[in-house]
Amino acid sequence: MSQQASEREVTMSRAMVDAIATEMRENDEVFYMGEDVADYGGIFDSTQGLLDEFGHDRVMDVPISETAYIGAATGAAMEGMRPIAELMFTDFLGVCFDQIYNAMAKHTYMSGGQVSVPMVLTTAVGGTYNDAAQHSQTLYGTFAHLPGMKVVVPSNARDAKGLMHAAIRDDDPVVYMFHKRLMGLGWMPAPEGPKTAVPEEDYEVPIGEAEVKREGADVSIVTLGLHVHRALAAAETLADDGVDAEVIDLRSLVPLDREAILDSVRKTGRLVVVDEDYHSFGLTGEISALATERAWDDLEAPPERVASPDVPIPYSRPLEQEFLADSEDIADAANRVTE
Amino acid sequence: MLTADTMRDLYDDVVTARYYEERLQEEYLEGKQPAFDISAGPIPGELHLAAGHEAAGAGVCAHLRDDDTVTAPHRPHHVAIAKGVDLEKMTAEIFGRETGLCSGKGGHMHLYDPDVNFACSGIIAQGCPPAVGAGLAAKKRNTDAVAVSYLGEGAIDQGGFFESLNFAAVHDLPVVFVVEDNDWAISMPQERVTDVENAADRAGGFDLPGERVEFDDVCAVYEAAEDAVGRARSGNGPTLLSVQVHRRMGHFMGDAEAYRPDEDVERAQNLDCIPRLEDDLRQAGVSDDELMEIREAAEQRVDDAIEWAKDQPEPAPEATYEDVFSNPPQGRPMAAEQGGDE
Repeated sequence: MSQQASEREVTMSRAMVDAIATEMRENDEVFYMGEDVADYGGIFDSTQGLLDEFGHDRVMDVPISETAYIGAATGAAMEGMRPIAELMFTDFLGVCFDQIYNAMAKHTYMSGGQVSVPMVLTTAVGGTYNDAAQHSQTLYGTFAHLPGMKVVVPSNARDAKGLMHAAIRDDDPVVYMFHKRLMGLGWMPAPEGPKTAVPEEDYEVPIGEAEVKREGADVSIVTLGLHVHRALAAAETLADDGVDAEVIDLRSLVPLDREAILDSVRKTGRLVVVDEDYHSFGLTGEISALATERAWDDLEAPPERVASPDVPIPYSRPLEQEFLADSEDIADAANRVTE
Repeated sequence: MLTADTMRDLYDDVVTARYYEERLQEEYLEGKQPAFDISAGPIPGELHLAAGHEAAGAGVCAHLRDDDTVTAPHRPHHVAIAKGVDLEKMTAEIFGRETGLCSGKGGHMHLYDPDVNFACSGIIAQGCPPAVGAGLAAKKRNTDAVAVSYLGEGAIDQGGFFESLNFAAVHDLPVVFVVEDNDWAISMPQERVTDVENAADRAGGFDLPGERVEFDDVCAVYEAAEDAVGRARSGNGPTLLSVQVHRRMGHFMGDAEAYRPDEDVERAQNLDCIPRLEDDLRQAGVSDDELMEIREAAEQRVDDAIEWAKDQPEPAPEATYEDVFSNPPQGRPMAAEQGGDE
């Protein structure tokens, strides 16, 4: 994609907020609800500056009552409004899970398509800063497993904006999962990469389209979120060793861009799936199964999975470092499948 | 008026907790200044300090025994100290060390000390139902143990809290719910999220007594808790107690509190339970020298715990895979085998 030299580079949080503000300006039915989203501007800067322009009626701080306000967003959406509700940490999902997977996700189906739920549920995911077992989970698989909600995960500012526009305009509930480490927070430095050039005008990144972040011939590394950046770093190391890795950023889990994955696997014959979520019953299993079911003849080695162990996330630094996959783990896995 | 001995004990608790928070703040900020980077410094992760909450910890826990259960929220240190949690091991846990209360796995929001039946959690109001469960166990076993669940005033809008009040009331369980009302739920002042000024009013509708202690006066909290804990211990069911406390720092370390008016920060600084208790102690005939002695001993204890904790080893990476189950299934968790070491 060619970028205008004049295009500004912005953080991922800025890009998200840009899209939200634009949609709110254009449609009075769009509003934002969540804990500490108005006066604070979002603990992870997800709503920074919105209060000044839109006021407390449209950028609503809510009581610590996740069941009530996420359920209320569902109800408002069923009335045709376009609410965005923020669950501060994805770990808090358990408090309000019924409203998400039995209400938000199922009303369309249960009503035989008579009702739609055009809302966005935003939530912060991810570890890397020692916030321990109840504030560091990723839970991609939990949302993606339960039918009825679209699930998107941006890895950079350009996608963050385009996916937010697409999510707000979508007539279905979209879960928008943003990684804390990518937001560009002053107190949590981001890796190189998520801050990108972002067009001023609005545009959509279509929900359900993966992106080839780096083309390669020897192995497909399929991932999303923070681990896109770790995979790209691994690809550089691999290149030094003569292994040409292709890196795919899924960007959407539901719908999953199966064709992009299969195209890549058919080309390279080798697959590594990288996920910050737990290993078992999740994304890595799903994508490995897809490749073995539909590209078996093209596979030259069994797929490798790099994911978090089936262990609650530990607090102490050496333990969390052991728990979370880094670039070296990804490169090791790629080396194993290309051996 | 409480006896001088009782007040001395309370004083010991509150000054220990206050000094502990001040020292943790110092340690936490090491390496995180001038630019705050949450990943730097000797204490990992988020840190929520409780300076200004001490009266609620000391005044209630003074009535508890080791076999009474306490569940605390994400701001747990003052309650832990008052409940008698091992100070050295707690500190080592906060520093993420192997010899910490939870072998470095829990961290400051997830401290467990089964020796004194203490637990805490990082999810708002999560401790309410387990406290009800501890009360249920005591009732079923016909013991006179009680359970105390601490929560913030922001948590009184949470479903788990309402359901717990109802369950405890219906079954006349020996539970005391203690709301620490510091007026702020992160950036949210109470009046913008709750239409009752007095959290104890939440008891209405559940057929249980609700009582408010207006000032963070340790002696007043002690007296209110004496009734509430006594009621629970004698089989007369749950109580909801709300205690006015004050948040002397941001919600978490690094919170610049841009949303909070300066007057409110000042107000919280001026309404301090410690000088108030010192006045009461002096009136009871306790000399300033004696107060100084108690403070110095408390400070020494805290300094020793911090020094000890900092000397402790970090856990070995392999420990990541231990403790997922008490009765582990055969084999290692799948991803432990990543890296081709099978």
